[in-house]
Amino acid sequence: MTNLENNSIKNKNMRNTDSSTTLSTTLSTTDKVALSLKKRHKKEKRFKSFGLSAVIFGFMLVLVLISDITFKALPAFHQHWVKVEVNYKNTWLNIEDSSKQSLSKANYRSVLKKSLYQMFPTTSGKKLSRKDKRQLFQLFSTNAEFTLKDTLMASPEHFNKQVNVWIRLDDDVDSYLKEGFSSGEAGLRLSQQQAQWIAQLNSEQRIESRFNVSFFTNSDSREPELAGIKGALTGTLLTMFVTLLLSFPLGVAGALYLEEFAPKNRWTDLIEININNLAAVPSIVFGLLGLAIIINVFGLPRSAPLVGGIVLTLMTLPTIIIASRAAIKAVPPSIREAALGLGASKMQVTFSHVLPQAMPGIITGAIIGIAQALGETAPLLMIGMVAFIVDVPTSIVDSATVLPVQIFLWADSPERAFLAKTSAAILVLLALLLVINVTATVLRSKFEKK
Amino acid sequence: MNKTDINQIELTETVGNIYADDAKMSIRNANVYYGDKQAIHDVSLDLAKNQVTALIGPSGCGKSTFLRCLNRMNDTIDICRITGQLTLDGDDIYDKDLDPVLLRARVGMVFQKPNPFPKSIYDNVAYGARIHGLTNNKAELDEIVETSLQKAGLFNEVKDRLKDPGTGLSGGQQQRLCIARTIAVSPEVILMDEPASALDPIATAIIEELIDELKEKYTIAIVTHSMQQAARVSQHTAYFHLGKLVEMGKTEDIFTRPSHKLTENYITGRFG
Repeated sequence: MTNLENNSIKNKNMRNTDSSTTLSTTLSTTDKVALSLKKRHKKEKRFKSFGLSAVIFGFMLVLVLISDITFKALPAFHQHWVKVEVNYKNTWLNIEDSSKQSLSKANYRSVLKKSLYQMFPTTSGKKLSRKDKRQLFQLFSTNAEFTLKDTLMASPEHFNKQVNVWIRLDDDVDSYLKEGFSSGEAGLRLSQQQAQWIAQLNSEQRIESRFNVSFFTNSDSREPELAGIKGALTGTLLTMFVTLLLSFPLGVAGALYLEEFAPKNRWTDLIEININNLAAVPSIVFGLLGLAIIINVFGLPRSAPLVGGIVLTLMTLPTIIIASRAAIKAVPPSIREAALGLGASKMQVTFSHVLPQAMPGIITGAIIGIAQALGETAPLLMIGMVAFIVDVPTSIVDSATVLPVQIFLWADSPERAFLAKTSAAILVLLALLLVINVTATVLRSKFEKK
Repeated sequence: MNKTDINQIELTETVGNIYADDAKMSIRNANVYYGDKQAIHDVSLDLAKNQVTALIGPSGCGKSTFLRCLNRMNDTIDICRITGQLTLDGDDIYDKDLDPVLLRARVGMVFQKPNPFPKSIYDNVAYGARIHGLTNNKAELDEIVETSLQKAGLFNEVKDRLKDPGTGLSGGQQQRLCIARTIAVSPEVILMDEPASALDPIATAIIEELIDELKEKYTIAIVTHSMQQAARVSQHTAYFHLGKLVEMGKTEDIFTRPSHKLTENYITGRFG
C-alpha cells in the first residue's frame, strides 16, 4: 500500500517537474514492471522445473519398482515339465481291473517309482542304489503320482499299457533349469548325479517349459511348484466384497446424515473429531478389536473373510465418511434451495440431487478406502487370516487368507522358488488394484455425465 | 454532490398503506433474528392477490431475508428465528402442524442466480410435479411440462431439445426454465429474489414481460435492486431500510410522491 502511494507521489512529482531532472533516475511503471517481470518468469520457470522433476522422480521410482517386480516374477509364470514313460502295469498298480473304483485306490506311487527306475536302469553301468533311487525320485514333484492318477482316470484305456505322461519337475530342478543349468545357488541343491540325469533328460528333449496354469488355479502349498494364488485371490475378493458391502452404505449414510440432517452442535462436532481420529488409528488396533470383540465376544469364525471384512470396514469407514462429506459439501447450495423451493422434502433433496451430484467424489473416496483395505495385512494377522490354508474358500465364513498376507507368507518361506512366487503375487495384487481403479474411473465418468 | 447521511434520518413507523383489499398473504409484526442479530424489525404488510409487490431497498436491508420467510426457506438456517404472524389465505404458515413442504408447494420461489438442476430440461420442469405426484401418467406430465414452458415463454426455443441438459441453456433461458419449473407445481404465490439481476437487458425485458403475464394467475412478490424494474412490473412497492419497512404503497405513488425522506432519497439515487 505504501509502495503504491510512494509511486503515485513520485509520478505526480514527475509530472510536475516534467522532463527536467528526475527521468534519468526514476524509472517509469512500465519499466519497473518489465524489470520485475523477468524475475517473476524466472521464479515460475524454477518452480515448473522443480515440479516436473518431482513428477519424473516419482514416475521413475514406480517404473523401477514395477520393472524389478516384473523381472523377478517372470520365472513364476512358467514351469518345467518332463515327459516320462509310465507303465500302468496292473501288478504295479496293485489292482485287477480298470473300473473307476479300482483306479481310484490304485498304488500310483509304485507305478511312478518303477517306471522311473525303468527309464534310468543303471548309473554308470551299475544298478541303482538305494541312495540313487531316492535322489532320482526327488527330481519330480511330490504331486507327480496324482498327475499319473488323474491321467489314468481320465483315460482308463491306458490300463496295462505304457504311455507318455508329462509330470512336473521338483522346484529345485525347476529353479536350476530356469537359471540355465548354472552351478549357482539352485545348482548347489542338486547332487552331481541329479544334474547328470537332468542333462540327460534335457538332451532327450523330454523337458518342456510351459505356462504355469497352476499358479492361478491352485491354492497355497508347501511345495513351491504347486503353490498358487487362487485361494488368496478368492479370499481377497470375498473380504473386499464384505468390506465394500458394509463400508460403502454405512459410510455414505453416515456422511449424508452428518452433512444434511444432523443438527450442528457439540455432539456432532465431537463425532466429527472422532471420525477424523479413527482415520489415524494404526490398523493393527482394529485387528486387536476384531479379535477381542468380533471373534471372542460375538464368536464369529477365526480366519474368515467375514471377520476380515468387518475389521477392514472399521478401517475404511472413516476414509469413506470424510471423503463423502467433502463431496457432499461441494454440492452447490443453490441446487438444494431450488429443490426445497419446489417443495421437495429433505429426503428428496438429498437423494435426487445431493447424492447424485456428490457420487463421483464419494466413489473416489470409497476407492481410496478399498485400495487401502486391499493392501492391508496387519489387522488380518490378528484375526487369524495368516494361517496356512490349502482350500479355496467358498463362502465368507470359510477359512481364508488374502493376497498381502500370502505375499508375506511366501516372502518368509525358505524355498528359492517362492522368491518368484512372491513377486508374481505382488503383480497380481497390483493388477487387482488397477482393475478396481479402472472400474472406479468408469463409474465416475458415468456419474459425471449424468 | 449533496449526500444525505442516512443515519440522521430517524426510522419511525411505516408510512403509506400496508393493507391490501384482497390480501393473499398477510404479515404482521414479523421479526427475524440470526442468532443475536435482528435482521427484520416489526414488518407488517399484505401481498395483494394477483398483483405484483416489489420489495426494494439498499443491500443488506433484509428484503431477501423477508422474502425467504414467506415460504419458510429460512428454516434451513439453524440460527434463524422468526416471530410474528405470517398467514397465507388466513392460515398461519408457521403453524407447528403445517409441513413446510406443503407451504412451498403453494408458495414457489425463483432465485437470484438461475439454478437449474443438472438434469434435462424436461426433468427440470417435471421434477416438482413428480415429487408431489401431481400426474397419473406420462401424457399428463408431458402436458404440464409443455404448458409450464409455454407460460414461461421458453417452449418454442427448447421444444426440440427437451432431453438436453438444462444447464446448457443461456442465462436468460435458464432463469425462464426456473420460472417454468416453479409454475409447473401450480403454486398460488411466486416469490422472486432478484430474478433478473444476473441477466442482460434483453433477457431482463423478457422476464419482466413474463412477470406481467404471470400475475393474472399468481400472486407475485419480487425483490429487486432496479427501481425501473420495480416501477415497470409492480403494482405495490415496499421500501425496506435496515431491516425495517419504511414505506409501502401503490407503485405509482411511491415513485412519484414518496412520503418518507428515506424513500425519496433512495429512489432519487441519493444513496443506496
